[in-house]
Amino acid sequence: MTTAQHRLTRELIAATIARRLERGWIVNLGVGMPTLVSSYVHPEQDLTFTSENGVIGYAGLADESEMDQDIVNAGVQPVTLHPGASIVHHADSFALVRRGMNDVTVLGAYEVAIDGSFANWRTSTEPFDQLGGIGGAMDLAARCKQVWIAMDHTTRDGSPRLLEHCTLPVTAPRGVTLVVTDVAVVAVRDGRFVLEEHAPGFSAAEIQAMTGAPLEISRDLREIQI
Amino acid sequence: MRQPIVCATMSEAVADIPDEITLLVPGFGPGLPFNLLTALYDQGASGLTTVSNGVGGAPATDGRKGLGEFVEAGRVKKVIAAFTAPTHPSRGSIVVDMVRAGTLEAELVPQGTLAERVRAGGAGIPAFYTPASVGTLLAEGKEHREFDGETYVMERAIFADYAFIRAWRADTAGNLVYRMAARNFNPVFAMGARHVIVEVEQPIVPSGEIPPDQVHTPGIYVERLVQIPPDGYFSSGRMPAATAEPRGSR
Repeated sequence: MTTAQHRLTRELIAATIARRLERGWIVNLGVGMPTLVSSYVHPEQDLTFTSENGVIGYAGLADESEMDQDIVNAGVQPVTLHPGASIVHHADSFALVRRGMNDVTVLGAYEVAIDGSFANWRTSTEPFDQLGGIGGAMDLAARCKQVWIAMDHTTRDGSPRLLEHCTLPVTAPRGVTLVVTDVAVVAVRDGRFVLEEHAPGFSAAEIQAMTGAPLEISRDLREIQI
Repeated sequence: MRQPIVCATMSEAVADIPDEITLLVPGFGPGLPFNLLTALYDQGASGLTTVSNGVGGAPATDGRKGLGEFVEAGRVKKVIAAFTAPTHPSRGSIVVDMVRAGTLEAELVPQGTLAERVRAGGAGIPAFYTPASVGTLLAEGKEHREFDGETYVMERAIFADYAFIRAWRADTAGNLVYRMAARNFNPVFAMGARHVIVEVEQPIVPSGEIPPDQVHTPGIYVERLVQIPPDGYFSSGRMPAATAEPRGSR
């Protein structure tokens, strides 16, 4: 009997990332899927979330009754604060990033390559015309201890986003250690993709067919908990 | 002590701003000086070079103006920002259209580098080295240097003609306090320009009422202060100044 295929929703991708965050880490969450992660962690994980706008120690997304428009995450979504939270200005916010305070930054991306490079700020390969949306990704990728990527495994037309080489201009030439997609959890280690977890009903061969570079299969390959 | 001028209206605060200035515009969601921007829009200044996180338009609901409206009106010469195009390529953008048409110049800067360039400008430091953007298109053509085995790129400071600042509280000495994450670029930009004009949410209090060790921006940087009127634009778009107590921290 085969299990029905079950792709991860944005929320399940966030929850899968949340489970892998280690106790006591200082974590930056980028715009998009990553900002959902703070709503899926457990208090025992004792995590500190930081945001580009200088908020240190925020919790989950605020509901209507808790909402304060002056307390927002990197995606300008209202969040609540943990007791002990603090707020610094933008230059100090990136000072702590460049100082290497973050154990991990979780970012969205268009492409990731086996060397740990990734692309998330420009969707064109035309000559550079100063147009793009970098935000803080280049600062974060330069100095966070790890870069984790949350993205769909393929483009809308089915082309792979995990590649031998990025085709789009990179955000950083290295740094990605983990990619969580709608069908897989892939570690990026020593220039290789290692398949660690698969979505329900997706075989390693099926995931390989959706991937633009060789996938090593982890000896501990397991199904993503959903 | 040196006192800033307390202006009666937003239009008075921006009346003499000339064309062709460089203008710092803070804000990351909250903290955007919409009242001063709207007054400057009505005043007519053009040929602006703007420094900001993004180049978004204002919500179309209440008549306020954001940088997007200045760009659209052809009053901006150059934008320096961490977002010069929408993150979703499917979304259209006037900035993208105008840069491609050659009617607007853009300079894309990593967000931390942007904040640090203005901080350096306000700190009397002409340039600095950062690891951000090394190995990317943005570092091409810039001076690189190795320190302790790691490669860095040199970035130049920005010191502007004007900064528009959005504060929560101010005293008559010009000392400023920002509220929560509306702080963002505000204290940095308040130190990075020759002329600093501040819009304030809460009623301006006599000097001495803000404890000296709780001041975020010292008054010596501030040239003009102006109270946001009750019918002005507040950060939430719904909170009148008198009731804008922080609550998210409780």
